[in-house]
Amino acid sequence: MSLRGLLQFAACLALVLPALAFASERTPKPDIVIANPGHCVEPTEIMRRNHPQMLFHQRDLTMHEGIRTTKYSLERCVACHASKTTDSVLGPKGFCQSCHAYAGVTLDCFECHASKPELATGTSQ
Amino acid sequence: MSSEDGLSRRGFLAISAAALGGVMLAPGIRLIEIAAARAPDQPASSKVRWGLLIDTNKCQTGCDDCVSACATENGIKSSGHPRTDSQWIRKIELKDMRNGRTHSVPVMCQHCAEPPCVLVCPTGASFKRADGIVLVDRHICIGCRYCMMACPYKARSFVAQELTDQKPDVPRGKGTVEGCTFCVQRVDRGQQPACVDACTKAGHNAMTFGDLNDPHSEIAQRVAQYATTAIRADLRTDPGVRYQGL
Amino acid sequence: MAETVAYRQLGGPSTRFWGLLALLAIPLALGAVSYFYMEHYGHIVTGMDNQIVWGMPHVFAVFMIVAASGALNVASTASVFGKTAYKPIAPLSALLAVSLLVGGLTVLVLDLGRSDRLIVAMTHFNFTSIFTLNVFLYNGFIIFCVVYLWFMLERRMNRYAKVVGMGAFIWRLMLTTGTGSIFGFLVAREAYDTAILAPMFIVFSFAYGTALFIPLLLATCCWDRQPIADELLARLKNLLGVFVAASLYFVTVYHLTKLYMTQYDDFERFVLLDGGVYTFLFWVGEIALGGILPLILLFRPRTSRRAIVAACALVVLGGLAQMYVTIVGGEAYPQILFPGMIESSSFFDGVVHPYTPSVPEVFLGLGGVALAATIVVVVLRALALLPARLDQVPQA
Repeated sequence: MSLRGLLQFAACLALVLPALAFASERTPKPDIVIANPGHCVEPTEIMRRNHPQMLFHQRDLTMHEGIRTTKYSLERCVACHASKTTDSVLGPKGFCQSCHAYAGVTLDCFECHASKPELATGTSQ
Repeated sequence: MSSEDGLSRRGFLAISAAALGGVMLAPGIRLIEIAAARAPDQPASSKVRWGLLIDTNKCQTGCDDCVSACATENGIKSSGHPRTDSQWIRKIELKDMRNGRTHSVPVMCQHCAEPPCVLVCPTGASFKRADGIVLVDRHICIGCRYCMMACPYKARSFVAQELTDQKPDVPRGKGTVEGCTFCVQRVDRGQQPACVDACTKAGHNAMTFGDLNDPHSEIAQRVAQYATTAIRADLRTDPGVRYQGL
Repeated sequence: MAETVAYRQLGGPSTRFWGLLALLAIPLALGAVSYFYMEHYGHIVTGMDNQIVWGMPHVFAVFMIVAASGALNVASTASVFGKTAYKPIAPLSALLAVSLLVGGLTVLVLDLGRSDRLIVAMTHFNFTSIFTLNVFLYNGFIIFCVVYLWFMLERRMNRYAKVVGMGAFIWRLMLTTGTGSIFGFLVAREAYDTAILAPMFIVFSFAYGTALFIPLLLATCCWDRQPIADELLARLKNLLGVFVAASLYFVTVYHLTKLYMTQYDDFERFVLLDGGVYTFLFWVGEIALGGILPLILLFRPRTSRRAIVAACALVVLGGLAQMYVTIVGGEAYPQILFPGMIESSSFFDGVVHPYTPSVPEVFLGLGGVALAATIVVVVLRALALLPARLDQVPQA
């Protein structure tokens, strides 16, 4: 086989293989467990695509201007989405972490933010 | 006296007493009430300037109610390494070298109107909110610690290890700098900082929190009436924290 | 007029070259491991704490950044001040400058509490902060040096080399002013809060940069057994001597001024008398080994090459000692919140703060030095930057 032919074969393989991966059962998929029934603050498709921008925008409003509307509050997201078993949005079946692990996107929020909702005995809103 | 005279003398006295009491209590009600909570969708306004007045005559050596309250409210736990553990407020024990007079002074971020930490922060993470509270935006803090070098009051701490179990109201994380926030999560709800609350509840009444720009607030009236000092006033940082008794 | 200079690459058998790289790989690897260790566990594994917030990494980093600006000095003397004797070695000077700056910046960035947020530092600017200005100054310096190198080496661009050289010279004065002002602008500490730190750092940069350049030049010539004219070395050593003397002058003025002012009495006593390691490093490191002894070695009637190299090494050691005293010593002395009062608290107010450099910090700093050395070595091998002949000095 000529070098050119070899390279063409390798290029086709590189394009085709990922499709094979999706067809396989061994690809890990995110384990999205909705802890509380009902609707999120926005429709699912909007949340999936836009939640980073929503969070970034809200954090600037809250941090710099002190606007603390509850609709996009991260605390409320955590309170609703925390797993019933682990009480957290992190962990292998955690709502945030399972999808982020699948997508390979760093989840930086919970370095600082609590991944568990406030206990009932703590200071309440 | 018969009751068919309309307003009896007793009635008159009762109404007058009530009215007089009301007139006398009204300022008192004003004194106790802190500025009502701002609506959550309203931004912080520069019409307000939050300040703290500490009467060190009422501070005892050995009392650390304010320090413990701060740690509880903000989820600050000791990790057994005092040199790296965060301290947002501490009691400084002072002794005047000339005459031996001692003071016990709570010191925290002074929430200066001209904060050196805000000047030096490369990303703008250290910033002053419109209502005077100086905060660290830990989303953009890169952990360079220049603000810690620049603060004349040693107000800031650097989080040197992984933190877990943060309070949902008070996010804190490894690799960023933090300091007293005047319990901004409480102030925005119309409450007082935890240290002031604890000091008042314990009956020491050494701390007064309020709006320095509101001439009717207790703190504004006290600051206008009594002599107060700022720490390192020569630096002209114009702190929001004032002290009496120093 | 100015004859065209012929340049060559670093020669010698490739085994020797790869051997040198293998040697440099050790501190590089240790530096990398230290960085990941610090980043993973947090700064608790270092000796830095809430009292000493900047430690050994910053001593190394600031030293290298200051030396970087001074390392360009030889090239500036050639292009800007027309001393054609230095023209053959100007590209080497520019390369050393860039490498030292990259090495120093790397250490600085890797020590950040959130080094993954470097992109934030590059996109969010607070223009009142000298750090933000430094981002532009440092990047601009790298661009200047690269363009300068290009104009020096490409014949048809040679006539623009002087303009770029002048620009680079002014730029590095701004850069070093910015570096000194990192400390000079701060009111919070007794050691800082003074405008003299900016010109002091500029003069330090001349001394440290030249003290690193001379041994590098000798090493490259030794590597290829190329002779160097004594006259060239004599001029370089005199330059270094003048800069060391000027450094001593600035240090003297700084301390004399603070000694005169009553409010700094306790601080000056700390640095000059009873500061323990800081007093030792100041007198023995910065003044004696970094100042007086090099002057003696450099200005003796018949100075051997060994003495020149020894003087350079001493200046570098003195420079590191000076950075330690300025940065760590400035933090070790407590901040004065209540003048005239004795302070004590759970947050270590009012007491001198102890500091022990930890192993990861030192390895990180040395890793930056190794990075600078690696860049120099690799680029010298890849590009023709070394002068073909140095045994004759072109007359101006």
